[in-house]
Amino acid sequence: MIESLIPVSYLIASVCFILTLQLLSSPKHARLGNLLGSFGMLVAVLGTLLHFEIVEYRWIAAGLILGSLIGSSMAIWIPMTKMPERIALSHCFGGLAAALVGLVEYMHRIHLPGGIPRFVMAALALEVFLGFLTFTGSLMAFGKLQGLITGAPVTYKGQNATNIGLFVTALVLLVLVVANPGWGVLFYAMGVIGLAVGVLAVLPIGGADMPVVISLLNSYAGLAAAATGFALGNYVLIIAGALDGTSGFLLSLKMSQAMNRSFRNVLFGAFGTGDSTGVAAAGPGGAVAVNQASVEDASEVLGAAQAVIVVPGYGMAVSQAQHALRELAVLLEGKGATVKYAVHPVAGRMPGHMNVLLAEANVPYDQIFDLDDINDEFARTDVVLVVGANDVVNPAAKNNPGSPIYGMPVFNVDQARAVMVLKRSMNPGFAGIENELFVQPNTMMVLGDAKATLRELSGALKH
Amino acid sequence: MSNELLFGLYIFVLAGFLGHHVISKVPPLLHTPLMAGTNAISGISLVGSLVAAGAEYGTLATILGFVAVTCATINTVGGFLITDRMLRMFKKRGPGGKPGGKP
Repeated sequence: MIESLIPVSYLIASVCFILTLQLLSSPKHARLGNLLGSFGMLVAVLGTLLHFEIVEYRWIAAGLILGSLIGSSMAIWIPMTKMPERIALSHCFGGLAAALVGLVEYMHRIHLPGGIPRFVMAALALEVFLGFLTFTGSLMAFGKLQGLITGAPVTYKGQNATNIGLFVTALVLLVLVVANPGWGVLFYAMGVIGLAVGVLAVLPIGGADMPVVISLLNSYAGLAAAATGFALGNYVLIIAGALDGTSGFLLSLKMSQAMNRSFRNVLFGAFGTGDSTGVAAAGPGGAVAVNQASVEDASEVLGAAQAVIVVPGYGMAVSQAQHALRELAVLLEGKGATVKYAVHPVAGRMPGHMNVLLAEANVPYDQIFDLDDINDEFARTDVVLVVGANDVVNPAAKNNPGSPIYGMPVFNVDQARAVMVLKRSMNPGFAGIENELFVQPNTMMVLGDAKATLRELSGALKH
Repeated sequence: MSNELLFGLYIFVLAGFLGHHVISKVPPLLHTPLMAGTNAISGISLVGSLVAAGAEYGTLATILGFVAVTCATINTVGGFLITDRMLRMFKKRGPGGKPGGKP
């Protein structure tokens, strides 16, 4: 009798989850939506505890307490600059949880009279495969973001053939295991292949492509959850999984569009391994004069500017320069200048990464603009301040068909009256592509740590 | 094709369309909270883990279930908390066109 409350709790949870996403359409109501989502989750968990098969609560309680402790301390202590790492880790946990539930469900149901229906078997196999793939794939992404594994693409001969071969093997196993659910070896082999595919598929993907990879792994984690829903006949899992799956998929599509690259190219392209040595060799030998400016010169130009646009990039996150940047912007505004922030969809290592950092530094969100909304304004701008961004301001994407990033939508930074680039060194960016913006006559290069430079600029402007 | 599967597919496809509709309206400004939030939501696989950990399916099943409950709880609890922490930071310009808050 009381068990009939379970589906009701799941219905409430589903409605809450949909509202959560709907309210995310504006920063005004987003917090309320998030609160609703957590309420829905609580209702679903309480409802589930009424399940007749749950007889032993000790391990549940232990898991809930341990998970809450780890989850909340991570949520409280992790710096905003480390958000991509934290998201990669959570995909990792999500994938593992789904895969383990699939394993348990298989081990249990295989002994039941009547065996496992075909479609449940297919769902379980997909769940375990996708779950383990997400688990190791996200671990790899985390390792690359954290610098534990080289951020550069790792390639070897026959790499794509190996990955495709593994994928095809997994598909064959899927068909076999659906035909013979009792053949446990096949099922576990699928899980092992999932683990291997996760590692091998992320290995050749470079650090700058992380926004796409993280979004895709987000999508896989969602699909694994949805497969769990099919296996358990649990509709809230199907709904939540479908929402998460589409969200990740849409984000990865947007990210690849923002780089003008196809999925195939991101996943199998091993970007940036091409002729980076050739570019590096041409750099110092070429007779191009870089206009390297001192902080004093830069502060004079900035102090006279009326319209300033800031273009932040991954370098800002690396040097944690968002607060120093905001401090400088407030000073400029105090002198009567307007300051706007231009954020490229793939700036940073995950979708929206820069926006969160700017928000952390108290930049009002109505001062932050997308590519399309601000690109016409650069021509009317006195100074563009580029903080640790590179490819998203490279004019080669517009006018050099030979460039690997040709066709990628970029900011029209080169049209501004003056450009100021804060950069650690003159090394080419991640993709190893020369940036002609840096040698333009109206570009000032201010080399050094972005945070220190911004502080010095503020200091010079105060006098 | 069994009814249960068909019904599940209906729900999956409709939820996918709904997700597409709703998520296309999320501005790029909030893409990181979106990802953190959907992450927390997909931690709903917790309900599957609860049964795995709490039904007496055997020792191995209980241990795997316990690990799954822990992982899924990290995602739900941590996910909602960190999404809130991020969303709290997004502020509009203060009244009179003044920038809100100190740097």
